[in-house]
Amino acid sequence: MANYKLQINGKSYEVDVDEDTPLLWVLRDNLGLVGTKYSCGIAQCGACTVHINDEAVRSCVLPVSAVKNDKVTTIEGLSENGDHPVQKAWEEVDVAQCGYCQAGQIMTAAAFLKKNPSPSDEEIVDGLNANICRCGTYHRIKEAVKLASAKTK
Amino acid sequence: MEKELKTNRRDFLKIFATAGGGLLIGFNWTGCDSPKMKVVSDEEVLNSALNFNSYLSISPTDHVVIFSPNPELGQNIKTSFPMIVAEELDVDWSKVRVQQAFLDTEKYDRQVTGGSGAMPHSWERLRTAGATARQMLMEAAAKRLGVSVSDLKTENGHVIHGSKKLTYGELANEAALIPVPENVKLKNTNDFKIIGTPVKNVDNKAMFTGQPLYGLDIYREGMVHAMIQRPPFGMKLKSVDAEAAKKVKGVKDVLTFKNNVAIVGDSTWPLMKARKQLKVQYEPIDGKLESTAFHNQVFDEMLNTGKGDIKRQDGDVNKAFSSAAKVVKSEYQCPFLSHSPMEPMNFFAHVKADGVELVGPTQTPDRARNAAAEICGVSPDKVTVEMTRLGGGFGRRLRADFVEEAVELSKMLNAPVKLTWSREDDITGGAYRPAVKYRFEAALDRDNKLIGYKLRGVGINAGNCTRENNFPSGSVDNLLIESLEYKSPITTNAWRAPITNFLAFAEQSFLDEVAEAAGKDPVAFRLELLDRAKSNPVGEIHYDIDRMRKVVETVAEKSGWGKKQGVSQGISVYFSHRSYVGQVAEARMVNGAPVLDKIYAVTDCGIVVNPTGADQQVRGGMVDGMGHAMFTNMTFTDGISDQKNFDSYRLIKMKEIPEIETHFIDNGIDPTGLGEPALPPTGGAIANAIYKASGKRVRNQPFMEQEEMKNVKLADPA
Ligand code: FES
Ligand code: FES
Repeated sequence: MANYKLQINGKSYEVDVDEDTPLLWVLRDNLGLVGTKYSCGIAQCGACTVHINDEAVRSCVLPVSAVKNDKVTTIEGLSENGDHPVQKAWEEVDVAQCGYCQAGQIMTAAAFLKKNPSPSDEEIVDGLNANICRCGTYHRIKEAVKLASAKTK
Repeated sequence: MEKELKTNRRDFLKIFATAGGGLLIGFNWTGCDSPKMKVVSDEEVLNSALNFNSYLSISPTDHVVIFSPNPELGQNIKTSFPMIVAEELDVDWSKVRVQQAFLDTEKYDRQVTGGSGAMPHSWERLRTAGATARQMLMEAAAKRLGVSVSDLKTENGHVIHGSKKLTYGELANEAALIPVPENVKLKNTNDFKIIGTPVKNVDNKAMFTGQPLYGLDIYREGMVHAMIQRPPFGMKLKSVDAEAAKKVKGVKDVLTFKNNVAIVGDSTWPLMKARKQLKVQYEPIDGKLESTAFHNQVFDEMLNTGKGDIKRQDGDVNKAFSSAAKVVKSEYQCPFLSHSPMEPMNFFAHVKADGVELVGPTQTPDRARNAAAEICGVSPDKVTVEMTRLGGGFGRRLRADFVEEAVELSKMLNAPVKLTWSREDDITGGAYRPAVKYRFEAALDRDNKLIGYKLRGVGINAGNCTRENNFPSGSVDNLLIESLEYKSPITTNAWRAPITNFLAFAEQSFLDEVAEAAGKDPVAFRLELLDRAKSNPVGEIHYDIDRMRKVVETVAEKSGWGKKQGVSQGISVYFSHRSYVGQVAEARMVNGAPVLDKIYAVTDCGIVVNPTGADQQVRGGMVDGMGHAMFTNMTFTDGISDQKNFDSYRLIKMKEIPEIETHFIDNGIDPTGLGEPALPPTGGAIANAIYKASGKRVRNQPFMEQEEMKNVKLADPA
């Protein structure tokens, strides 16, 4: 066990866990930030996506010891009142079915749009393709990313 | 209904015990009070709300709390059910707050999510619940104003008399004391204001900001985490060496029960680590373990020589086939499939001295309760079940195996337990869509008329793997439908659109093969058969011929059937779960390979309660149907699936979906369910379009692993 100081959603946290503990389980089990989801645990679905600095990262395979001083943002901290343009677009397009994958989709989309604020349709598909939605909400995800991009302009 | 409402009145206060008490799933905002208005907190609304019946309470703050009894797994029932209550209550939707009800078999009589059956079951009940409360509010207003009820009307949460307007909130106290009226009038469907409008998912905000909603989000004081190592199918536990596993920091104990090895500890990761350290040996229960090659052998043997259970027999097929001018014969096969909802199986159980508390994602809370009661030897009324939102279900959560495991562990450990299945547990843990193989035969006479039709199906733990009354039954003089079952230790279960999820593809592909042999257009051929069923039906007809005809004609029209240059179209039409769906898929040849561009879907589910939700269900069902038809395979070696996680268990991704255009037939008929009916036809429409484009007929799933489909590229949008 070792002590780790983490910067998450603008706050400091301290946890005492094994160094190989994935950030996902620290967020969920130790810090009560359950918006970040577990689904595959092997970086295959994107449900656990968080931002490390501005990068979308799969927290299920990121050991807590690798986080260091990097700024972690989870779905809970993406915006103060749930009003990030991507969240708003998701609401407007009414994207979700079961909703379980959507935190990861939103985090992926937000990081993607930050790098590429005016993506083409093809770029959107490339950017989001690695996130699985078992309910098949892909059409609406595409539409919502487009809308969020328009909103940010 | 009348009796039910009266009984419900006795629950007047009881409801607060269930509704108010520290719900983990929280209280859900549906609308937004206008920003200028004071925001009334959930607690304030709940604590002051007066219960009118099982479905709704009204607060003096003018807010209405509508309880949604059925488990929500993405079918959007938590939005569409309250819409129906609110419609008849005649209330402003932005004043409605929706709360998931607990299991309560006294108040509700079908708290199940499965079979797309909730909507047809509840339509009248929900309307009556809203209309009854509205009537009570009117009676209270009549008393207060000293006028007759017939002089009153309601609008947007107000009772109105001339220029006088009373809000429902002002009347709530008095109205709650009015005797429950026996016969209430329901609205004319033409007067609907909420039903038929696109209403957004009531959990949107909670989902998109990461609030705890799902089973895995449950954390309780003193809770122990648990994971279980289960035996492969057909094996039992021989020995366990847990020495190393127990040494992993954070692991409290390793215990065995019913051939399972459970690891318990204070958080999830140590359990995942410790599982890798477990040395577990299994042995076959009866010496034989099953693999895919063996199943293939079983299929062929049973199709050739097995004695079929005759499901339907019309006319004389032997005579028809011996006199046939042409015979078409084909076989279709599909693998097992895991349901693989994005949220793996899990459940929270707390076995206490005086009862059991259950919390988690289940499609059948009643089954969960009974299972817990049986394990603990208590009566079911000592078990409470709180339903969280489900991160998908697809039929897997109709079972209670994961609930039973959590209860067993809580009982053994004398502590609250959260059981988590890993993704690998979920994919290898069984209760799959059964693997099935079909043999179809059709006989045509000299005039290319279909005179004989045979279907023989073998399913592995499938029960009846045919649906004997499906179209084209009723339109063929000589018909024989037989079903055979092979019993395997590999567990199976209902999987979204049970049986028809594959049968529809096979039937609709085969019908195209027959149409081609008869030299007929696939749409015209289907219409010809429907005409025959209508004018001169053979035996019983279990589908509405006119409704089916209408979706065929409409989808042909919407897709410009047969009128497009350079585009190959494939049609499929299916009736399942009381709804009718017709689909046309379009493919093009690009560099010698077919590319899927678009699928049109026309659905008749009666009245469309929530257009945005309905569009989602149809799209989702089609993407699901397409993904599993095209990509997902599951093979077995010695009683365990070779695919264990999403790296090898292949789900459809965004790049692979074609454009989808949805249409609904608006016929005013009482609504039917939509969670399943759009899935079955999709595989057939796609396979028929691919055939038209490439001349390649795929008969086995997943398509992309078949010889015919080598080099095929998909969904490259035009
Ligand atoms: S849970 Fe991390 S990618 Fe699937
Ligand atoms: S909405 Fe259910 S998995 Fe995406």
